[in-house]
Amino acid sequence: MSGTFVGMPAFPKAAHDAVNNPTLRGNLRHATHTIRAKRAKAVSEVSDWAALREAGKQIKDHTLRHLDRYLVQLEESVTRAGGTVHWAADADEANRIVTGLVKATGESEVVKVKSMATQEIGLNEALEAEGIHAYETDLAELIVQLGKDRPSHILVPAIHRNRGEIRDIFAREMSAWGRPAPDGLTDTPAELAEAARLHLREKFLRAKVGISGANFMVAETGTLVVVESEGNGRMCLTLPETLISVVGIEKIVPTWQDLEVFLQTLPRSSTAERMNPYTSMWTGTTDAQTADGPRTFHLVLLDNGRTDTLADQVGRQALRCIRCSACLNVCPVYERAGGHAYGSVYPGPIGAILSPQLRGTASEIDASLPYASSLCGACYEVCPVAIDIPEVLVHLRERVAQGGQVTRQGTKVVLKPAKGHAAERAAMRAARWALSHPGALRTGQRLASRTRRLHPRALPGPGKAWTGSRDLPAVPAEPFRDWWQRTQGGKENGK
Amino acid sequence: MSSRDAILGRVRRALADVRQDDTPYDEIIDRSYLREHGHRSVEETVDLLAENLADYRALVHRCTEEELPEVLMRLLAERGSTSVLVPPQLPPSWLKAVDATRVHDRANSTPHELDRVDSVVTGCALAIAETGTIVLDGSPDQGRRRITLVPDHHICVVRVPGQVVSSVPQGLERLDPARPMTWISGPSATSDIELDRVEGVHGPRTLEVVLVSGQPRAEVVP
Ligand code: SF4
Repeated sequence: MSGTFVGMPAFPKAAHDAVNNPTLRGNLRHATHTIRAKRAKAVSEVSDWAALREAGKQIKDHTLRHLDRYLVQLEESVTRAGGTVHWAADADEANRIVTGLVKATGESEVVKVKSMATQEIGLNEALEAEGIHAYETDLAELIVQLGKDRPSHILVPAIHRNRGEIRDIFAREMSAWGRPAPDGLTDTPAELAEAARLHLREKFLRAKVGISGANFMVAETGTLVVVESEGNGRMCLTLPETLISVVGIEKIVPTWQDLEVFLQTLPRSSTAERMNPYTSMWTGTTDAQTADGPRTFHLVLLDNGRTDTLADQVGRQALRCIRCSACLNVCPVYERAGGHAYGSVYPGPIGAILSPQLRGTASEIDASLPYASSLCGACYEVCPVAIDIPEVLVHLRERVAQGGQVTRQGTKVVLKPAKGHAAERAAMRAARWALSHPGALRTGQRLASRTRRLHPRALPGPGKAWTGSRDLPAVPAEPFRDWWQRTQGGKENGK
Repeated sequence: MSSRDAILGRVRRALADVRQDDTPYDEIIDRSYLREHGHRSVEETVDLLAENLADYRALVHRCTEEELPEVLMRLLAERGSTSVLVPPQLPPSWLKAVDATRVHDRANSTPHELDRVDSVVTGCALAIAETGTIVLDGSPDQGRRRITLVPDHHICVVRVPGQVVSSVPQGLERLDPARPMTWISGPSATSDIELDRVEGVHGPRTLEVVLVSGQPRAEVVP
């Protein structure tokens, strides 16, 4: 990844600030609880959910285990269909490729459809540095961009903003970017959406270059799939003359048929719909006579830490992620801390396991991310590709605390245990945060139980002398609170 | 070394622990999930489509082949449309009762030109009942993807039951991946502002679906 958000404090500090922001907490609570309930209903409509989830997991695992073969096949299919494939080992290279492609068109502005990969590499900033304006066109991304802000949720990036704030941002900022907000704009969502429609329409209609990501790439056919709601994706994918898609190498599925699994599980997991309003699929370019969509199509395949993640036998399952964001909405830590505290474009439980693997754990924020969880397991339960997030978290904690072999930029390196007990420090600070927030503590205590073997036998820092002749008491296998609940205070015969 | 070779090399090294096997892909994935959910008669499948389309705020109309020109005329008139975009090979009879000016999409039509048209009428490739989805694949009765995107009013004609499938798996089976495709489930929507659903952002804000049965109702033998 291109690095953490600049000057990002470690998770406990950032979370602490977020927890003290009542607007943010209120919005997050409302949002996560609403989507959570809707998702449960959408999933319960499908009687074979468990089988779909298992198939999704198997398809992704199989693809990852033969990723070289499928990458080559995809390259052939896309090329055959009239596209051009580029390979980017890291963020800088991807940004260089895209900037070069845009410059070659002679254009100085591009329209963009929301894409995690381009946020991950900081593409907008890289384009801006070369004098190219990138316009985000997803309503939430527009709010974030106009508000000079950062996204806080994968699916609802402006979840931390309420309607009054959005109205103010539109009224204040739109004129500097293009068509100003209508006079007398109120804060009703319909009016705000209308203001965005008018503001963006002039950009869509004149755009010559579109930039996107993709939800899926089909190796056998070379088809790319973008799933969306608003229609801004369709605008960016069909109106411009040139389309550049930047996609992580893990987004491949082998066959057209495989989409039958994910097109059922993704919409229900993410927006809790039977199907999202719009799905676009395209295979290279069409001939001049058909002239449907861009005449030129570039696919930039992005590594940027993915092959390093693939080298980790426990951690590689994170690459199955289809970015549905269900795990965010059920996470008690995310609900209180919000997306910004994770210091990366990937917030919540998936961010806690993905960012430290894509970027390494050298920075304080990344070293503390594996601790940004209570290990309650709710994320695993809802994940449509069955990523065992708690398992990966524990694995990464072990790595931070004890060191070990990892792969960085394709080279094996041995990590030392985090210096000066940084890991314990991060854990301690996370604990202090949790202790001052009883709601998080309840689930948080399960953290301690599930990571027992990682706990130091001696205290770090000033406590060291005290434990010189004593052992720390072991953490029990089950937190007291859980035991109390399970056995109703010992009344039942549970041990 | 090119980045292509570097990345492929990294992938291969990363997978050093993985045993490569040559079992055919068909045999690897456990596809014991359902091909469709529940058993329905043809009639019930069409009803489910209508129900799910309406649930996601598409306006659903049902008529016979014979009634179709009348229905299309009425829908365009009620909307007050004075111009209507026409894909290259829309069955000519569909619009025979329509007054609105027909606008033909050409390869060099600009987005601004399309933006000045009130409505668009198309057929579809198929419709999926379980999800309330219509699929367009750019066939001559549907036209380029952009013509169903820029105008604010889209009327889509679905032939029932012939074009209706039950489920997503059945739908994918019948589609050709080489064609540019748009799957539409209700009009465009956003929930980005406090999760309040607002219909109509960038795509057509009004989606009307006309389910046309193959034979005029009067001729159905009792
Ligand atoms: S980890 Fe699973 S639940 Fe979370 S975003 Fe990824 S696919 Fe969805």
